[in-house]
Amino acid sequence: MKKTTLLIAGFLAAAVATAVPASAAEQAKPPRQSWSFAGPFGTYDRAQLQRGFKVYREVCASCHGLTRVAFRNLSQPGGPEFTEGQVKALAAEYQIQDGPNEAGDMFERPGRPADHFPPPFPNENAARAANGGAYPPDFSLLAKARTYERGFPLFLIDAIPFFEYAEHGVDYIYALLTGYREAPAGTTLQPGQYWNEYMPGHAIAMPPPLSDGQVEYPKDEAGNPVVPETVDQYARDVAAFMMWAAEPHLEARKAMGFKVIIFLIVFAALLYFTKKKIWARAYAEEAHG
Amino acid sequence: MSGHSTYVPKSAVAKWFESRLPIIGLVHSSFVAYPTPRNLNYFWTFGAILSFMLVAQIVTGVVLVMHYTPNASLAFTSVEQIMRDVNYGWLLRYLHANGASMFFIAVYIHIFRGLYYGSYKAPREVLWILGVIIFLLMMATAFMGYVLPWGQMSFWGATVITNLFSALPIVGEPIVTWLWGGYSVGNPTLNRFFSLHYLLPFMIAGVVALHIWALHVVGQNNPAGLDVKNLKKDTVPFTPYATIKDFFAVVCFFIFFAWFVFYIPNYLGHADNYIEANPAVTPAHIVPEWYFLPFYAILRAIPDKLAGVLAMFGAIAVLAFLPWLDTSKVRSATYRPLYKQLFWVFVLCCIGLGYLGAKPPEGGYVIAARVLTAYYFLHFLVILPILGLIEKPRPMPGSIAEDVLRKHGGAPVGLASGASAEPHSKG
Repeated sequence: MKKTTLLIAGFLAAAVATAVPASAAEQAKPPRQSWSFAGPFGTYDRAQLQRGFKVYREVCASCHGLTRVAFRNLSQPGGPEFTEGQVKALAAEYQIQDGPNEAGDMFERPGRPADHFPPPFPNENAARAANGGAYPPDFSLLAKARTYERGFPLFLIDAIPFFEYAEHGVDYIYALLTGYREAPAGTTLQPGQYWNEYMPGHAIAMPPPLSDGQVEYPKDEAGNPVVPETVDQYARDVAAFMMWAAEPHLEARKAMGFKVIIFLIVFAALLYFTKKKIWARAYAEEAHG
Repeated sequence: MSGHSTYVPKSAVAKWFESRLPIIGLVHSSFVAYPTPRNLNYFWTFGAILSFMLVAQIVTGVVLVMHYTPNASLAFTSVEQIMRDVNYGWLLRYLHANGASMFFIAVYIHIFRGLYYGSYKAPREVLWILGVIIFLLMMATAFMGYVLPWGQMSFWGATVITNLFSALPIVGEPIVTWLWGGYSVGNPTLNRFFSLHYLLPFMIAGVVALHIWALHVVGQNNPAGLDVKNLKKDTVPFTPYATIKDFFAVVCFFIFFAWFVFYIPNYLGHADNYIEANPAVTPAHIVPEWYFLPFYAILRAIPDKLAGVLAMFGAIAVLAFLPWLDTSKVRSATYRPLYKQLFWVFVLCCIGLGYLGAKPPEGGYVIAARVLTAYYFLHFLVILPILGLIEKPRPMPGSIAEDVLRKHGGAPVGLASGASAEPHSKG
C-alpha cells in the first residue's frame, strides 16, 4: 500500500511540477539591496531620508505627487526628522489653495506644517496630458504598492525569522531607477517609451529621470559630498525616502515588536512550566489512593 | 458526558442568583468540571486559539470602524489615515488584517486535525456540520472584509467573486445586479459589504456557541479515537488541566501572530491593494487571499463557468457529508494504516491546489489543477467510502487510560485522586 500511496503522491506532485515551466517568460528579478530599515532592528537612516527628500523635491516632484504626506510628517520621530523650523520654512514655499473666504472666493496662501503636499497636477487627465498620455503615480504608497514575484521556494523563506524579506517594493524602485538600458536589437518602442530592464514589459514612459551630479548633496569640511552624487546613490536615497513615505511608523512598529515578542516568549515559558507542574499530578502514580 | 452541573453555590448571594439564573453553574460545568480526555495532544488547543482569534478580530474590528469611512470615494483614504494619523492605527489595522490570516491558519489546522482523528464520526456529526457552517461564515466575512480598504485587489476581487453568481441560469444576472446594488461594483456594494462584515462575526459567535454546546454534549474526540469509559481514569477536569494547556498554546500562537504583525505585516497581502480601486484599470493577475486559493484553483480548473462555481461550492459542501462518506468504524488515523497515508496525500493535494490558485490559469497550470481537483473529489467520494470497507485497522488500546500509559510508560495509572474528574465531589 505504501507503494500505491507514493505512486499517487508522485503523480500529483508531477502534475504540479510539469506545470511550472509554462510561465518561463517572467519579469527580471531586481537584485536585493541592503537597507538600514530591513530586519527586526531596522531604522531609517535620517541623513539618507533627508537626501532622498531632496532628490524627490528637485527631480521627481514636478510630475509625482506625495499627497498623503503632510509637511509636519517630515519632522516627526522615525522619519527624516527635519527640525520644526525647517518644516515651517519648507511648507511656506508651497502655495496651498484654501477657502472659500468671506467673499466666497477660493484663495492661495503659503503652506503650513499641517498641510499636505499639493498634487503636481489638478487631476489625472491634466497629468496625462502633460506626460504624453502616461500617468505618473503618486509616491505616498508606491514602495508598498510595487513588488515582484520571488517564486517558489524563495517566497516561503521570506517569512522565516532571520531570513525575512519585506523590501520587495523598495528594491524594485531602486532597480527601476537604475535599470535604463539601450533597447536590445529587434525591440520596437513607441515614441516616448524607454527600455527598462525591470519594468514589466520593459517599455516605460518615464525618461531616465536621474543623471550623475544632478542633485547637490551635503558637503563635508573639505568641500566634498558626504556620499557620491551618482545615479546609483540618488536612486538608493529616493527609494529609501519613498519607503518612509509609505510606512512612516516602521521604526515604532519594529521597536514595539521586539518588546512584544520578548514578553510573549517569557510569558509562554512561565506558562509552560506551570502547565508541566499541573499535569505532573495527572500522570502521578496511584501511590496513595 | 458533560452531565448536569456539579456546581454548588457557597455564598448566599450566589445561591440566590443560581436559583434564578443558573449561569455560574453552566460556566462551571462547561469550563471547570467538564471532563476532557487525558490523552489530548496540542492539536486540541486550536479550539481555544480560534476563540481567542474571534475575540481579537471583533475587538480590533470594532475600534477600526470608529475611524473607517465606508464610502467608495473616502474608504481608501480613511484606511491610510488609520495607518498614518490614528494613534497606533497601524497596529490595529495590521493586527486585524493579519488576524484574518491567522484565523484561517488556525481553522485549517483545526479542520485537518478533525480529518486525521475522525472527529466527524458518530456521535459528532452535528458538531462537525456546525463547524462547516462556521467555516462558510468565516469565508464570507473574510471576503467582504478584504473589500473594505477599497484597493485594486478589493475592487477586482469583489467583481470576480460576485460575478460567479451570473453563471446561474436565468436568475444569475438579476442576482448579481441585486448583490451589487447597481450595474457594477460600487458604493452600494461597499456599503452592504461593510454592514455584513460587521454582522457576520456575531453570527459566527452564535454558531460557535452551538458548536461548543454540541461538543459538550458528545464530549471531545481524542488522538486514540476512543470513547470515554471511565471518567476517573480516562479524563481530567477542564480546569486546571485543559485551561493551562490551552492558555500556553494561545500565547505560543500569539508569538507567531506577532512575528507577522510587527515584522512582515504585508507578507500575506497584495501590493496591488495599496493602489486605490480604479474601475478603469484591471490588475495583471486578480488573485484572492491565500486562504481561498485552493477553492479558486478548483473554480478555474473547470472549463464551464457554472460547473466551476458548483465544483467550488461543492468542495466545501462535501465536507458536510463526510460523516456518512467515511465508512470506517475506526476514528483515529493512528489505527488506520491506509487512511493515514492517504490523509497526507490529501493534505499535499490541498497545498498543491493552493499553489495553483495563485498561478495564472494557463497551460500546464490548468492541467495540473484539473488533476488535483479530480483527486480532491475522488478522496471524499470514492476513496473514503471504499477504504472503510477494505482497510484492516491496527489493534487499538482498550481505553484512553491505556493509551496514555503506552505513551508515558510507567506503572499502572490510577491517577492521584486530585487529577481525575469527579463529577460529584465539587464544593
